[in-house]
Amino acid sequence: MKSFWALLSRDVILAVREGGAIGTALGFFLVVVSLMPLGLGPDLNLLSRIAAGVLWIALLLAALLSLNRIFEADHEDGTLDVLATGPLPLELVTVAKSLAHWITTGIPLAIMAPVLGILLNLDLAAYPILVATTLAGTPAVSFLGAIGAALTMKTRRGGLLLALIVLPLYVPTLIFGISAVSAGAGPAGVGASFLILAAISLVAIVLGPLAAAAALRVQLQ
Amino acid sequence: MQLIAEDLVIDRGSRRIIDGLSFAVKGGEALVLTGANGIGKTTLLRTLAGFIRPFRGVIRLDGGDDELTLGEQSHVVGHTNAVKSSLSVAENAGFWNTYLNVGLDSGQDPALRIAASLRHFGLEDLSDFPAAYLSAGQKRRLGLARLLVARRPVWLLDEPTASLDTASSERLVAAVNDHTSSGGLAVIATHLPLGLERARTLDLAAQRMAA
Amino acid sequence: MQTLTQRLANPTRFMELSARLLPWISGAAAILLAYGLYLAFFASPADYQQGETVRIMYIHVPCAWLSMMIYGLIALSSFGLLVFRHPLADVSAKAAAPLGAAFTFLALLTGSLWGKPMWGTYWVWDARLTSVLILFFLYLGLMALRSALEDESAAAKLTAILALVGVTILPIIKFSVDWWNTLHQPSTDFTSTVDPSMRLPLLVMAIAFTLLFFAMHLKGMRNEILRRRVKALRTQAVAGRDRLAAQAANQGAAE
Repeated sequence: MKSFWALLSRDVILAVREGGAIGTALGFFLVVVSLMPLGLGPDLNLLSRIAAGVLWIALLLAALLSLNRIFEADHEDGTLDVLATGPLPLELVTVAKSLAHWITTGIPLAIMAPVLGILLNLDLAAYPILVATTLAGTPAVSFLGAIGAALTMKTRRGGLLLALIVLPLYVPTLIFGISAVSAGAGPAGVGASFLILAAISLVAIVLGPLAAAAALRVQLQ
Repeated sequence: MQLIAEDLVIDRGSRRIIDGLSFAVKGGEALVLTGANGIGKTTLLRTLAGFIRPFRGVIRLDGGDDELTLGEQSHVVGHTNAVKSSLSVAENAGFWNTYLNVGLDSGQDPALRIAASLRHFGLEDLSDFPAAYLSAGQKRRLGLARLLVARRPVWLLDEPTASLDTASSERLVAAVNDHTSSGGLAVIATHLPLGLERARTLDLAAQRMAA
Repeated sequence: MQTLTQRLANPTRFMELSARLLPWISGAAAILLAYGLYLAFFASPADYQQGETVRIMYIHVPCAWLSMMIYGLIALSSFGLLVFRHPLADVSAKAAAPLGAAFTFLALLTGSLWGKPMWGTYWVWDARLTSVLILFFLYLGLMALRSALEDESAAAKLTAILALVGVTILPIIKFSVDWWNTLHQPSTDFTSTVDPSMRLPLLVMAIAFTLLFFAMHLKGMRNEILRRRVKALRTQAVAGRDRLAAQAANQGAAE
């Protein structure tokens, strides 16, 4: 357990110190969301109707930017070899690293989402739901993303390949994330979407480390 | 304690790299692997570490901890240093101490242990600097300091003297000698004669000719 | 007594067996396809609502069926590779992926052609079409991942892992797309009531397409095995060249 926390806190510290990844993700999020009104016209009614969808899609793309670094950096400098001989099974190594990615990318993006909601004239009542759903949904982004990161660790142009592999896996998260926010009218709909979203994240937390660790074992050969 | 490999056959892709290799290394002994590039030194070390599954053959550590795999009782030092440039020298060493140490150590104070390891490789004055400032040789020494930061009975070293000057190589040789004299064992792939005590040489090229 | 999969595990025996089977499967596929097309275009009635366009269904439905069956086959092969290390499993998965992508693409294409007269537009975000589109993306991901990796044995295992992840998530994707669809528009369920006169042509076409796939799959597997043999021979030849050169150098030195 000590090893797990050591790895988790090391990854968080590295992300904070290197800073680039978090800043880039937040900046990308801001730019994509700001481009939407420029492309669609400044009609506030239209914007508030599609705000949830725009925010979620931009958030997924922003989180995607930093995914490929989950394992790549550790593979390049040989850290992964040493982590693999450590006391943690690779599944837990993956959990620690995905969790660190969620803390350093998922949470900042989820906090930033309501701020950007202002730009899109999102209904004020939807704000708490928006934060709750992005927080509940982004673990799936990190943990499913870890699968793609492990699979594409050694490939050149891995980033684009990663997007192709991972984005289809995000469809359920996207659908329920958006439906929870935009179903704001009916509380029953919100509750159901939110619970399903959380369930998807739980599935991702189980499936992601299993698959990613299997991929890492192949990659270490 | 004894590391035993029996009738090892290792394939990479469709090529057979190692064919019918057997050897044993006792505790207190170092085995030096020699042979030209591409002969399979790195492959053999990565197989011992458990990263590569051999096509055939047995690898086992007699007298080790039965609960742990050979890899979990080994220090693996490859061509890379596993050093993070935005962590300080002490933080790098500290991380490996916490991460690797579980269940294998005698309960020595971690801070003392880290300080002693850094001192052995001549890094004690640099411990607060971010590793980004280190030269290639200093980074290598920091990578090697991992060997002392956590106690593990088996050392698997792949070209450990790469980018080290003579004085630093001697520090490494001293560390390996200390390790073997306290009962540990080491398998070291190298081009250069290192002047290790209690060392045997296994020439993979001769082995291949025989096979 | 060996089981069938064990006997098939030997590539040489597989080559012999598949060489004997292939003409029969191809022949059966060709005959059934001809018969099915005849039934579909001449011997079955036009739909009272959709008119002649209903005949697209006889191509669309078999393609849609194959798109799912082939993904299932890939997942099964992947499981065989990762768990049982079956030597032909990867050959099967590799040969099936482009075929699956092709049939999925045909399903999308015929679906949208069928949609034009029905919905007045080529593409509608109907639950079924959307699911098939995402399935198509999964196929593309499998093929892209394999082509991006140089080491073939690693590529085989990594692609297999991705296929198994895909097959685990596919039901969740299907469920969420259905939910999304009912949220935004009433379900347009147009295949639920198939007139008995259309059932026979549909069944014949489905069997014909399935046989066609298996014929192409067997052929693809044979090609892949031959390609691997060529590659192995070339690797050996290169290694042999080295050894000869070394021997020559030794002799030269001795003289």
